[in-house]
Amino acid sequence: MSFNEKIRAMYVEQIEGIKDAGIFKQERFIHSAQDADIEVEFPTGSSLKKVINMCANNYLGLSSHPEVVKAAHEGLDTRGYGMSSVRFICGTQDIHQELERKVTEFLGTEDTILFPSCMDANAGVFEAILTDEDIMISDRLVHASIIDGIRLCSAMHDTFKHSNMIHLEKKLLLHADKRLKVVITDGVFSMDGDTAKLDEMAELCEKYDAMLFVDDSHATGFIGKTGRGTHEKYGVFGKIDIITTTFGKALGGASGGCVSGRKELVELCRQKARPYLFSNTIAPVVVSGVLKVLDILSASTERRDKLEKNTAYWRKGLTEAGFVLKDGDTPIVPVMLFNAKLSQNISNDLYDEGIYAIGFFFPVVAKGQARIRTQISAGHEIHHLDKALSAFTKVGRKYDILGKTKQEIIEMYGL
Amino acid sequence: MEEIRDVVLEYVIEEYLEDEDEEINYETPLISGGIVDSFSMVSLKRFLEAQYKISIPDEKASPEAFDTVNSITALVKEFTS
Repeated sequence: MSFNEKIRAMYVEQIEGIKDAGIFKQERFIHSAQDADIEVEFPTGSSLKKVINMCANNYLGLSSHPEVVKAAHEGLDTRGYGMSSVRFICGTQDIHQELERKVTEFLGTEDTILFPSCMDANAGVFEAILTDEDIMISDRLVHASIIDGIRLCSAMHDTFKHSNMIHLEKKLLLHADKRLKVVITDGVFSMDGDTAKLDEMAELCEKYDAMLFVDDSHATGFIGKTGRGTHEKYGVFGKIDIITTTFGKALGGASGGCVSGRKELVELCRQKARPYLFSNTIAPVVVSGVLKVLDILSASTERRDKLEKNTAYWRKGLTEAGFVLKDGDTPIVPVMLFNAKLSQNISNDLYDEGIYAIGFFFPVVAKGQARIRTQISAGHEIHHLDKALSAFTKVGRKYDILGKTKQEIIEMYGL
Repeated sequence: MEEIRDVVLEYVIEEYLEDEDEEINYETPLISGGIVDSFSMVSLKRFLEAQYKISIPDEKASPEAFDTVNSITALVKEFTS
């Protein structure tokens, strides 16, 4: 009732401010199932355009896999649509428990608890297991959802420079007097595609009696020889105290997340984590789909192997074309453009060429670090990648950035 | 005073600056200027307490008090004198 014109004007001004700053986000409507080939309505109201999707978290190409869709249908038929309850009242089915058991086995942990999303898992976990006597020491580039979880927790918080083990050790020494210490990192960093040095971190944590927390949302299902995650890649399988991950990316891409790790920590989440206690858990139809995904991944590494080959092919192609890339070997391949406007222009031109890839710039990434973040999928075939490479090359030539160094691009377009 | 100021400046440079080209001085706004996020103030506070064997109450450790090397130095001086 009191939403009067004055209040409205205040909000309008705020929205205009976002537009003026050039950070107004606009959705593009996809009229098909999520896949390598999609049909998109953009700008809103325009006719549908067939494009190749180069920016989905659909790493394993399972979002619309027939077996996963079939399993979801079966789950819908046998377990219904919704639970209409939180877990501890009457919102837990046998399949929720089955999924927790299978995730535990897949990640090589002691126990698992499902959350409506990994955002919720990260928001709830720290407050559940730490108090104001403790310290959380996080990498400076961890995901926004971890930062929210840290804010909700009464424990002290400090940071270490991105992937800097010397700095981390200094922080562990500085906070040696704290009752509990938790070192917090992403497994794969979503904007740069680099991986946390979990072997060195595990060693430091052991030396200073700290627990190790890893958000492996951009890793579960495909990083490591059998796709178990970043801990498998670095030979510390079974040594991570807390892993959070999502079912909204490689593992079918629908929704949901979890905390997996030491059984006492998981039990405390079950007793105290607010997003678990006060929200319905993952819908039965999604649980059924994820169970099928885990069966597929446990039976064969074919999909993560294909993803690895596709990634190598894509990186090699872009490098040979003369683009500046962020180093790494994950399917997140950032094409560095440094200038925000240039990243927007190139993204728009790529769209015209039938390639859907989004430009990221400040505040999503640091100032002067604008880029197009490409993400490779096992759902891509070589012809998709070849078409995308030829579009990137054509657009790169238009802006005369091929073969140019970082410094040269900055000189041409500014920061 | 000079000595505390330089110790703080050196710590801030080593702790928070990522880019070698960045330059800060005693009056550079650290928190309001986006160089130090308010989260990271905790390590600075703990460093000062350990270095000068003082205890800074939380209510005194405001983002304003930690915004420049000079203001941090004044705060330290308040508790060391």
